Amino acid sequence: MKKFLAIALAAVMAVGMTACGGASSSSAAASTPASTASSTAAAKGSVYYYNFKPEQADQWVALGEEYTKETGVPVTVVTAASGTYESTLKSEMAKTDAPTLFQVNGPVGLASWKDYCYDLSASDVYGQLKSDDFALKDGDKTLGIAYVIETYGIIYNKTLLEKAGYTAADITSFDTLKKVADDIQARKDELGVQGAFASAGMDSSSDWRFKTHLANLPIYYEYQADGIGDTDAIKGTYLDNYKAIWDLYTTDSTCEPTLLSSKTGDDALSEFVLGEAVFYQNGTWAYADIAKDGSLTDDEIGMLPIYIGAKGEENQGLCTGSENYWCVNKNASAEDIQATLDFMNWCVTSDAGKKALCTDMGFVCPFEGFTGEYLPSNPLIAAADQYIADGKTSVAWCFTTMPSEDWKNSVGAALLEYAQGTGDWDAVKTAFVDGWAAEKSAAK
Amino acid sequence: MKKSLKKYFPIFMLPTFLAFCIGFIIPFGMGIYLSFCEFTTVTNATFVGFKNYMKVFTDATFLHSLWLTALFTVVSVILINVLAYAVALLMTKGIRGTNIFRTVFFMPNLIGGIVLGYIWQLIFNGILQYFGRTLTYSASYGFWGLVILMCWQQVGYMMIIYIAGLQSIPGDLYEAAEIDGASRWQTLKKITLPLSMPSITICTFLSVTNGFKLFDQNLALTNGQPSDKTELLALNIYNTFYGRTGWEGVGQAKSVIFFLLVVVIALLQLSATRSKEVQQ
Repeated sequence: MKKFLAIALAAVMAVGMTACGGASSSSAAASTPASTASSTAAAKGSVYYYNFKPEQADQWVALGEEYTKETGVPVTVVTAASGTYESTLKSEMAKTDAPTLFQVNGPVGLASWKDYCYDLSASDVYGQLKSDDFALKDGDKTLGIAYVIETYGIIYNKTLLEKAGYTAADITSFDTLKKVADDIQARKDELGVQGAFASAGMDSSSDWRFKTHLANLPIYYEYQADGIGDTDAIKGTYLDNYKAIWDLYTTDSTCEPTLLSSKTGDDALSEFVLGEAVFYQNGTWAYADIAKDGSLTDDEIGMLPIYIGAKGEENQGLCTGSENYWCVNKNASAEDIQATLDFMNWCVTSDAGKKALCTDMGFVCPFEGFTGEYLPSNPLIAAADQYIADGKTSVAWCFTTMPSEDWKNSVGAALLEYAQGTGDWDAVKTAFVDGWAAEKSAAK
Repeated sequence: MKKSLKKYFPIFMLPTFLAFCIGFIIPFGMGIYLSFCEFTTVTNATFVGFKNYMKVFTDATFLHSLWLTALFTVVSVILINVLAYAVALLMTKGIRGTNIFRTVFFMPNLIGGIVLGYIWQLIFNGILQYFGRTLTYSASYGFWGLVILMCWQQVGYMMIIYIAGLQSIPGDLYEAAEIDGASRWQTLKKITLPLSMPSITICTFLSVTNGFKLFDQNLALTNGQPSDKTELLALNIYNTFYGRTGWEGVGQAKSVIFFLLVVVIALLQLSATRSKEVQQ
């Protein structure tokens, strides 16, 4: 009996120890491809891709397996759970087997990781890039390469808009957008909707749509007016326009402003998909979620530019850019770096890689080979292309120059307090202008 | 027997000692060292001296979290212990179904903090909806929500400790008090309270440290919203470390300060309540 007990205890301890070992990666979904490949690993190096986009987690794993089958180089793909990329990356990079391929979200993200980034200037994959606009540079070094281009704007429900007696062609400026939205809001019972705009939720699952993406527009116009691409001290020239569009979002909405603090991204999505709201600010990445439900067909959705009433906005297109940059870990062994560069190049040049990126993942990729059949069938992307074809100017993603997460958070908090009536607009101005200067100087 | 115990002592101790080193001593030492460093990953740090500690006290969110945590601890310690003691008194009176009640009161403890936080968030938001508000509308909603949640979770646990303490008080003291004509209030004040001081020491210790170290419930219930106004210390440290680029060392410095604070307060509290304990 005692012997049995001892064995049982030992077993429990062993289980406990392995459980501890496994727990460190519990927040990430790991997948190691066939172990047969590992025998060749020593000679050829290996790839460890730490992926940022949870929407495409399974597709990356599949692509990695395919590459291993073709070349014998093992590819491990780990995807961070939503919202945990930075924190998990910090611990992953401290490990002996650190990721060889990881992502940063733009110049600000690069600032904290540039000591770990390999110079990609001489790499094949850099040669595939359509334009230098899609590369992250530090001096003359190329440290990051954008691999997906995304677009956002105001997604709208064509059927409901037509039911209200309008078409997208009627909306060409902030004033017309406001007129249409106000009219829909006034006749919401007749049209069977809850409001013109889906709820502008300020829960952390949704607040980035406003504190980051919407805030991009006043920053973009200010940069345009001053002819700059980044600044240490923002002036807030277009903050009144920011206020106007935010007022519109929160007044012509499906819910009371006092409920915004707990509204989530899923709330807004479901309101839009169920036809309770006509407009929904989000981007091309939301297509998969909208289509999944099946109640809206591809013909029923389109995307409008976010008009804020700035001068010259009749030529404004959608907001297009990237916050997904590939970086290669320069502390990895030489074989691993080479294996990683080969893998990246394979992804954007081989048929299998291109097909996976555009068809399975639905990406628009800024590389030479992605033309014709290698463009995804996403109606929101088609809408974005149409605006470019019509000669509209795309709005650049200036929010990658926002000083820090803290700046975004304090702007978001001030926006929320203003909307629910517990704060005033001056607090938003302070957070926007003074906060920018303070955070920019703190980052130096 | 003793000799062989001495001989094999290191072998039996080794696994636990190793686990203690890996799980506690090494990270603790590293943590203190890192609080004097600037770093992105913990294995690649540059020494910068006291710079991080200076930054801590210029950070307004830290000072806000500090007094909010202190306030929260005071309120929750008083409420939890008074309620738990009252319930424990009731549960030792021999009411029918006492065992069922004890089990029911204890049950909230079996649910993890994150789950509890989300459940209560739903409950609070469901109620506040009728008034056109949400839990994160104002900081005071979040604060009192957290107090209610902690009471609900902790009262049952403290109750069990108090019941054990109350049951160990010898019955002859009560008999003597009754014969002497003591009122119920006098009995409670002169006999029950002084003799349950040991359990009060334990319970206040547990609730003070729990209050200071609260993290899961805070994260799940409000996540510091609105505007980080309901952010307690532990969450503030977490957000500094992971949320701000270049502030990892400051977060580390905060956690060292936090550790010292909890130790000092816990020791003060222990000596304060210990001195009130009486010998039977």
